[in-house]
Amino acid sequence: MGDIVSLIGKRLGYGLITLLVISVIIFFMVEMLPGDAAEAILQMGATEENLAALREEMGLDRPAIIRYFDWLAGAVVGDFGVSITSGEPVSAIIGERFVNTLFLAAYAAVIAVPFAVILGIVVALLRNTLFDRVANVLTLTSISSPEFFLGYVLILLLAVRTDMFPSLASLSADMSFGELLHRTFLPALTLVLVVTAHMMRMTRAAIINLLSSPYIEMARLKGTPPLKVIVRHALPNAWAPIINVIALNLAYLITGVVLVEVVFVYPGIGQTLVDAVSKQNFPVVQACCLIFAATFILLNLAADVGAILTNPRLRHPK
Amino acid sequence: MTKKNPELIDKLADAARTGRISRRSFMNYSMAAGMTASAATGLWGTSAKAAPTRGGTFRLGAHDGNTSDTHDPGTYLSFSMIQLAHTFRSYLTLIEPDGSLGPDVATEWSAAPGAKEWTFKINENATFHSGAKVTANDVIASMNHHRGEKSTSAAKALLSDVEDIVDNGDNSITFTLSSGNADLPWLLTDYHLAIVPANEDGSVDWQSADGCGPYKLVESELGVSYRLVRHDDWHLEGAYFDEIELIVLNDPNARQTALVTGDVDAITQLELKTLSLLQRDPNIEIDNVPSAAAITMPMFCDVAPFDNPDVRMALKHSINRQEIIDKIAFGTATMGNDFHHSPAMPYWPDDIPQTEYDPDKAKSLLKKAGAEDLSVDLRVADSVFSGSVDMCVLYSEHAKESGIDINVIREPNDGYYSDVWLKQPWCVVQWGARPTPDVMYSLAYKDDAAWNESHWQNERFNELLLKAKSELDNDKRAEMYREMAMLANQDGGTVIPFFPNFVYARRSNVKHGPELAASWQMDGARACSRWWFES
Repeated sequence: MGDIVSLIGKRLGYGLITLLVISVIIFFMVEMLPGDAAEAILQMGATEENLAALREEMGLDRPAIIRYFDWLAGAVVGDFGVSITSGEPVSAIIGERFVNTLFLAAYAAVIAVPFAVILGIVVALLRNTLFDRVANVLTLTSISSPEFFLGYVLILLLAVRTDMFPSLASLSADMSFGELLHRTFLPALTLVLVVTAHMMRMTRAAIINLLSSPYIEMARLKGTPPLKVIVRHALPNAWAPIINVIALNLAYLITGVVLVEVVFVYPGIGQTLVDAVSKQNFPVVQACCLIFAATFILLNLAADVGAILTNPRLRHPK
Repeated sequence: MTKKNPELIDKLADAARTGRISRRSFMNYSMAAGMTASAATGLWGTSAKAAPTRGGTFRLGAHDGNTSDTHDPGTYLSFSMIQLAHTFRSYLTLIEPDGSLGPDVATEWSAAPGAKEWTFKINENATFHSGAKVTANDVIASMNHHRGEKSTSAAKALLSDVEDIVDNGDNSITFTLSSGNADLPWLLTDYHLAIVPANEDGSVDWQSADGCGPYKLVESELGVSYRLVRHDDWHLEGAYFDEIELIVLNDPNARQTALVTGDVDAITQLELKTLSLLQRDPNIEIDNVPSAAAITMPMFCDVAPFDNPDVRMALKHSINRQEIIDKIAFGTATMGNDFHHSPAMPYWPDDIPQTEYDPDKAKSLLKKAGAEDLSVDLRVADSVFSGSVDMCVLYSEHAKESGIDINVIREPNDGYYSDVWLKQPWCVVQWGARPTPDVMYSLAYKDDAAWNESHWQNERFNELLLKAKSELDNDKRAEMYREMAMLANQDGGTVIPFFPNFVYARRSNVKHGPELAASWQMDGARACSRWWFES
């Protein structure tokens, strides 16, 4: 177990360095965009005088390098600064929305992961039958359609035609948990449809890959039923690639949902990021991007640890 | 005299009863159906009267909201903030549904001769939501927020003529201007110039989001949603709804779906392409209001071939405006006549002859100018308005009949207004609505204006513009604007195909008065305090 702890420690260290590099890249990419926050806010109403006054108020009159190190000095002690458009602390702007994003991601993952893995096992069992083909065609269709299109189709079928679910996923503080699940069902379902195919096909491929191995042949020859062969004998060895794909898809559920947020008017973090980029609101862009980067780093780490834990050979390296 | 059309008259009466059309369009259509003006007025009066009832929560889905929005009136930018500002804050003056100027926090105003000094009397009953009275001090601080060296306001240029604002001590204030401006009370309807409470040091407290408007802001998540409750001590009539929920719905499809499924009671900005489909829904009423926004195509009057007035006139005669309105704006526009003064603005002259599509006349004008086989470039970007490139291609087809070759060049969206507009001799521009002809002409048609987009220099026009600006006699002013419109129509360098309408929708149980203000969408952004639920 000591190996794993030191591995996690080492990977977290690398992760911090990655985040630092990313913060530099993001800062200078925002700087390279034409115009600045003051121009983006004043637009047609900009004159030289009010631009200068607004820049001073936002602190944009100082050199870029100084502004970056100012920000960094705050960030290392957990202060991500204030939004330059509204003056509110970044944590206040992002906090609640990040919780919303995590909630939607969790909601979708709780449905999608078991569904995809079980479906993968079933199609591996029934491979090359009609069921296998139909399941493949349907999941591939849903992953190939743009998310907003899937969202619109679901709205048309389940909100406009049948009135089973609301088309707006806007939240309010006094909602009960059941109401919350009902209100956010359509965006969650859209995400489920988008991520299922990838995980399901990886499960199927990883299992089928093992089915020609001698030990599976052995299990089959000794008369083990097909379901048991797959679940007890094949699956344990197939976990590593499946966990990797699950981790990637979980990261996607957190970072890639801006279109779904727009279609269902869900107050998540994706919309905040898009708005902040259009206004060149650097502290908010930076915080959103770092959250996304950290999500990828942590989930990849979790996938590696998961792969090691499920594989005795990796757990006890020689 | 046109023949009477009884079927159309019945339809109109029905539409008036259910509030589907405004009084202005009702009168226009009635004339077309062969009624006299007095008969039409009578019919309007009997069918369109309905008393407002109080109560209910009005849920409004608004476009254009951004999580970077702030409550600072100086940097208001997105439409959802403009809508919100007119719901929880007040202004000195306001634009009434019939297009006239009405009182808000100011009860009355008057100018000294020459229009260099304006005095506004403040409503004694106006109170902030916190309970404090609105004082002269608050009003002056609210205006000064947009003035002075340190100001970060986008409305700074608007008030640049204001030299001083003083408290007269009798609940009235006086503006002193550097040059006469008869339009000052109109300018004060600008959405930036909201009245906010003053701090002790003369700055304003916009951060607390305290206002003196019809509703009190109780929950505010910027760029997402806002909840407001009625301010019982509001100083004006209206505010029929108990509560308002303003929800930002940026996606046009999300807005329309929310309206169709009843998740909201009204939405802003409809997608024109699907207008005919939405019209079929019996639970939904569409409001289609002629506005003062405009699409212009300015030609540089000092660059060949546009330096020849006959060439400019030939190009004006080579556009089939009706077809463009039918096919590009899906019928939701008022025809332009090459002077930037829409029927939705005050002093609109109704007797300027329409420049018709007339290829033969265009040909003879070109012959006179010695410019047969004219070939010109017209620049446009997709982002100017929905259908802008299609409009130019259609125009180019119309112009072929006159023997003119219009070469449509599609420019990138990014930087269109910094790299193409004011830089290229002919391009397409969209203008937002301005309250008066003076504001519009001073901004983009005055000889030395930075935004004189057509480089048009007409001595008589500029002379009239200055004279009209400080003229306090409305009839004389209207006559000057008529002459200016004539000059722009005949000599000006701008082709104006149409003024786009504001098109928005509501559930049929939401009612409004016979007319809708044309300054912004949603009844001049005041739907929340002017509309009501049918009981």
